[in-house]
Amino acid sequence: MGISNIIFIILFIGAVVWFAFNVKKIISNIQLGRKVDRSDNTGLRWKTMIKVALGQSKMTARPVAGLLHIVVYAGFVIINLEMLEIVIDGISGSHRVFEPLLGGLYSAFINVFELLALGVLIGCVIFFIRRNILRIPRFHKAEMKTWPKSDANIILVIEILLMTAFLTMNAADTNTSGNFLVSSGLKGFLPIDENSLYLIERSCWWFHILGVLGFLNYLPYSKHFHILLAFPATYYSNLLPKGQFTNMHAVTNEVKLMFDPNADPYAAAPEPDPNAEVVRFGAKEVNDLTWKNLMDSYSCTECGRCSSECPANQTGKLLSPRKIMMDTRDRLEEFGANKGVDDGKSLLHDYITTEELRACTTCNACTQACPINLDPLSIIMEMRRYLIMEESNAPQEWNGMATNIENNGAPWQFAQADRLNWATEE
Amino acid sequence: MSDIERIKVPTMAEMMAAGEIPEILFWVGCAGSFDDRAKKITKAIVKILHNAGVKFAVLGAEESCTGDPAKRAGNEFNFQMQAMMNIQVLDGYEIKKIVTGCPHCFNTLKNEYPELGGNYEVIHHTQLIQDLIKSEKLTLKGGGGFKGKKITFHDPCYLGRANDVYEAPRSAMEKLDAELVEMKRCKQNGLCCGAGGAQMFKEAEKGDKEINVERTGDAIDTQANIIATGCPFCNTMMTDGVKHFEKEAEVKVMDVAELIASAADL
Repeated sequence: MGISNIIFIILFIGAVVWFAFNVKKIISNIQLGRKVDRSDNTGLRWKTMIKVALGQSKMTARPVAGLLHIVVYAGFVIINLEMLEIVIDGISGSHRVFEPLLGGLYSAFINVFELLALGVLIGCVIFFIRRNILRIPRFHKAEMKTWPKSDANIILVIEILLMTAFLTMNAADTNTSGNFLVSSGLKGFLPIDENSLYLIERSCWWFHILGVLGFLNYLPYSKHFHILLAFPATYYSNLLPKGQFTNMHAVTNEVKLMFDPNADPYAAAPEPDPNAEVVRFGAKEVNDLTWKNLMDSYSCTECGRCSSECPANQTGKLLSPRKIMMDTRDRLEEFGANKGVDDGKSLLHDYITTEELRACTTCNACTQACPINLDPLSIIMEMRRYLIMEESNAPQEWNGMATNIENNGAPWQFAQADRLNWATEE
Repeated sequence: MSDIERIKVPTMAEMMAAGEIPEILFWVGCAGSFDDRAKKITKAIVKILHNAGVKFAVLGAEESCTGDPAKRAGNEFNFQMQAMMNIQVLDGYEIKKIVTGCPHCFNTLKNEYPELGGNYEVIHHTQLIQDLIKSEKLTLKGGGGFKGKKITFHDPCYLGRANDVYEAPRSAMEKLDAELVEMKRCKQNGLCCGAGGAQMFKEAEKGDKEINVERTGDAIDTQANIIATGCPFCNTMMTDGVKHFEKEAEVKVMDVAELIASAADL
């Protein structure tokens, strides 16, 4: 074991520890959410996860992006098997530890990895072109300025560099009997003297492994965290019909009391349960949302399919379901970092405005479009509830509508007694 | 001439007084009760029920808003008050099965009443029509004079995406001798008409286009003569959209129930 192995071990452990630390922070932020039970129906949940996350079934609704994504995703996942060898080599000082063990099979493995790497490389280049040169509209909406825009490009550039390093490393490696499918084509571009090749091979090896460790630690700061959270996010998908909005039990209790002829209106309020959560109606802050809403916000990779299908967004309204997810995540990061200290801000009003929330038609186009079943609509609904039930903040017409519903059982001002007039009129 | 007068529309109260139990309750809905355009859809549904020999009743003055727009606006109190009152009425009559004339009532009764204690089998009128045609209780004469006509179906969000009912309205219209054409955005990918989420009852937020105009554009692109739908609110929005494009002469907006009632010569 030489000095380079010791450096490697230190960097490797450091990277894993730092990553774990950030993941723990995200988990504890997610746990700030309200309770929601998604422990039911495990069979269907596994099936949904396998189909939607692993099988990418919703990605192909847009064939070009969908197929390219599958290439990049499959490539990225499978090439990571090669990481095992790289890590063992890095720790022990061996070189291609599996080559003598696997014999002829080794070349086959590396050939597959190289083909996949080429696929990832091409995929990422096309993604980069789509985003920056073809300027697909959903990548250039109002919320995709500054950091979100750079984040996307950083991810693509890192992946392109990592794959290039991996292939160049193989091409420059003189200590393998293998002559691999893709990298052999690169040999012509490299110098021929042994020393230069050795230097290139070592540089690429280090660049690749440090790049991978760096990328791993970039994930928690990036929308790219979806590569991990897509799995739990789909597992804990809402399995109910999309039209079924949650029932507010706190309201049910009060309404039941109003309907109870035996209820004593002068009775003293029941002793408050010290263990009961103090509930607000709806959501003003991230911790008024469920943990699943919060997990969703970290799972969103800002692809914008939701917003490009949203009827409000398409007609120039302020609402963008993607922005709802991004705002929730950004506020959650801030809220979590405050550790309970009030910073005078809240998700509602400081991040998400009334005008955005009011533009929603609750049509579920966003939840349908999301490739990993995220649910911006339930966040919008919780905040609408807060606006109306806690702030009495409704457009004048909605107040009229509510009054009509209460007084005459219809959103318009028609007498309930006239409901059957249609049956006898011309 | 309206032949609806020849059909007696019985109320639950009358049925109960006569000691009768209907097979199904027809939940008319607020639009179906009060909106002049939607009342025609209500009458078409009644004609279909009557003609197919379905023993039905309505609640009449005992019906009240399901609370859907209140809930979507965020007013859960308003919604649950409505729901509890309606459940008391429905349970009082021991209602088992409901057909609605509106996808919003359909969704709310079917999905949101059970947790408040109201458990019923709820279907949308296009599902009922599909069943009646399948079981040959309802027969269309010829194909109803739709020869050479193109019909495109606009999926109401609360029927389609919200409850995965895509085939019933389409299969109900299959028997019409018209050509069914799909819009570029249809079924799961259908675009909202703009009325849902209680938008029907307020001005749209600031934007650069009205949603109903965007959607009606999709329908007009298909060259259809008839935009069919299954929701009174979609009907209003699409009708306004057609007016926006000044296509009232060429394009009609009709409910599936109206198309079927006219084809069955009811």
